[in-house]
Amino acid sequence: MQLKLPHLSMRLKTVAYNYPDKTGHFGPYGGTYVAETLMGALDELRVAYENYSVDSEFQAELAYELKHYVGRPSPIYYARQWSKRLGGAQIYLKREDLNHTGAHKINNTVGQALLAKRMNKFRVIAETGAGQHGVATASVAARYGMECVVYMGTEDIKRQATNVYRMKLLGATVVPVSSGSKTLKDALNEAMRDWVTNIENTFYIIGTVAGPHPYPMMVRDFNSVVSKECITQMPEMIGRQPDMVIACVGGGSNAMGIFHSYIDAPGVQLVGVEAAGTGIEGNQHAAALTAGRPGVLHGNRTYLLQDKNGQIIETHSVSAGLDYPGVGPEHAWLKDSGRAQYVAIEDSEALQAFHDLCHHEGIIPALESSHALAYAAKIAPTMGQDKILLVNLSGRGDKDMATVARISNIEL
Amino acid sequence: MSRIQSVFESLKQRGRKALIPFITAGDPNPNTTVPLMHAIAEMGADIIEVGVPFSDPMADGPTIQRSSERALKHGVTLHHVLDMVTEFRTKNSSTPIVLMGYGNPIEAMGWERFAKGCAHAGVDGVLTVDFPPEESHEAFSFLHRCDIDPIFLLAPTTSDARIEQVAKLARGYVYYVSLRGVTGAGNLDLAAIADKIPRIRQYINLPIGVGFGIRDVGTANAVSKLCDGVVIGSRIVQEIENSAEECVISNVSGLVKEFSLAIN
Repeated sequence: MQLKLPHLSMRLKTVAYNYPDKTGHFGPYGGTYVAETLMGALDELRVAYENYSVDSEFQAELAYELKHYVGRPSPIYYARQWSKRLGGAQIYLKREDLNHTGAHKINNTVGQALLAKRMNKFRVIAETGAGQHGVATASVAARYGMECVVYMGTEDIKRQATNVYRMKLLGATVVPVSSGSKTLKDALNEAMRDWVTNIENTFYIIGTVAGPHPYPMMVRDFNSVVSKECITQMPEMIGRQPDMVIACVGGGSNAMGIFHSYIDAPGVQLVGVEAAGTGIEGNQHAAALTAGRPGVLHGNRTYLLQDKNGQIIETHSVSAGLDYPGVGPEHAWLKDSGRAQYVAIEDSEALQAFHDLCHHEGIIPALESSHALAYAAKIAPTMGQDKILLVNLSGRGDKDMATVARISNIEL
Repeated sequence: MSRIQSVFESLKQRGRKALIPFITAGDPNPNTTVPLMHAIAEMGADIIEVGVPFSDPMADGPTIQRSSERALKHGVTLHHVLDMVTEFRTKNSSTPIVLMGYGNPIEAMGWERFAKGCAHAGVDGVLTVDFPPEESHEAFSFLHRCDIDPIFLLAPTTSDARIEQVAKLARGYVYYVSLRGVTGAGNLDLAAIADKIPRIRQYINLPIGVGFGIRDVGTANAVSKLCDGVVIGSRIVQEIENSAEECVISNVSGLVKEFSLAIN
């Protein structure tokens, strides 16, 4: 239905999506579930972010950096050949893989580093899974002359050796984390511990839309530049908005980035794609929204993969960036409210999409983004050729060469 | 009068400070926990904090995280912890027990069921590290209804406004974190504690326990002069870790006795 009547559009405006609330809640999700030792620092951060998010000088510097350092706006690319082969909906790709450092992660690290600078904190720390957020943090730290410490699970260090070296080249200290499952969640625990110990001079750059308030909101805001661009680029390119927006979801920052401006757009379906690993029925996956239940971890209430006693369980995905037992609280809310749908794609399906995009479009996607592509490949043939899918190609696959080669039994 | 309240009252009358040791339930194994609780109660523990193991103990340092991992390897759950307290209560009805841990295992059980389980087992207080007052109203209403004292942390960075907020919900005692960092770190600042305690007392009319980073009897003695109770966590857990399993009870009770003598 077309909503052209002025009183109707005004009514729509009054009910516009406006989450989180003042205390960082998205419905029952989100919040600030941290030890008292962190509350002071989170208050300080919240106040600083509230001030600078409406400060024109800050916004101007951010815009300059996004343009000249990151390379924004990123283009939208029509995957003509691949769409034709799939024989249904037309697939468009938002090319976040073309950003400096190779993924959407830099949108957020630039924003947080500029904020850190204004808060006079010249030591930044980060957790990383695939290493993309670590590289993006190390890069901005070098750019703004900050000390940088990145926490990374020893399992991920093995899987992502090249990114570890990149971080070191950029001057960061990479601290291996061997507790727990030795992956992203443990790196996050360790980064929190560093922060609580060095709160005076340290800014914690969280890489996804999770953690205590204001992180889920702030990281979303910095990444929402992606959907702000799409919402003007799509009409310029094809005269209308897409029918469906698809993005992979680990913590969920690239998905929130491309969803955000579309939440209030009627008729645009939002689909988040989680990692089903070797199958959602088994226990080798990372699909918190699809197979988890609500709980509290890492500062927020959200869907979690946990056992019946509330212990967090180890996850699996071929892509390190999706290998996380929780998910950003805003996704939990979008799921429950029905505004977005969440599906899960297995390792093998993601790998197929990875190879297909290489062959048909000459683009090597990240394994994380390949999950979103795989869902697009699955759904496109069921839709008419006049339908439009917009997929967030959130990162490039250079970092995944070793993983893909190993799976294909190829020695490099 | 609650068990926690009467312990502090009686200590006060005798001019003494509370010794509050922390152990993780199920560390080094589930069979040791109840005998260990009895042993340390006999050697001078006035209140015992029993850690509920959790897979992701964000506010704890490596020592307590490893103790959690040892307990989880034995499959220790919150149900087991409540059973341990029930068993402890068959022989000890005077030493208060405070469960300390993270919210998610409680969420998994359900707060109402947990609160009733605590009351039934003889738990006196609950400290949920990652539930600050802002997020605790609904959850802790169940504790209040079952007369379980919610114990809150206060930190060097806690503002006066927040202390006031905690005052409205806290019962039993409050737990002041004596350093900026995780449990077991070594950068405790006595002057900062001396400065903060009177400010807390302006708002909160409850005994104040101090913990995080108290690693030796000298520090325990100095800290005890500034507050009402001293919490010893990582140092005790370290003793458990470094002892052969058959020596855990004797070694840890010896250590608790040393701390008890040091603070009084």
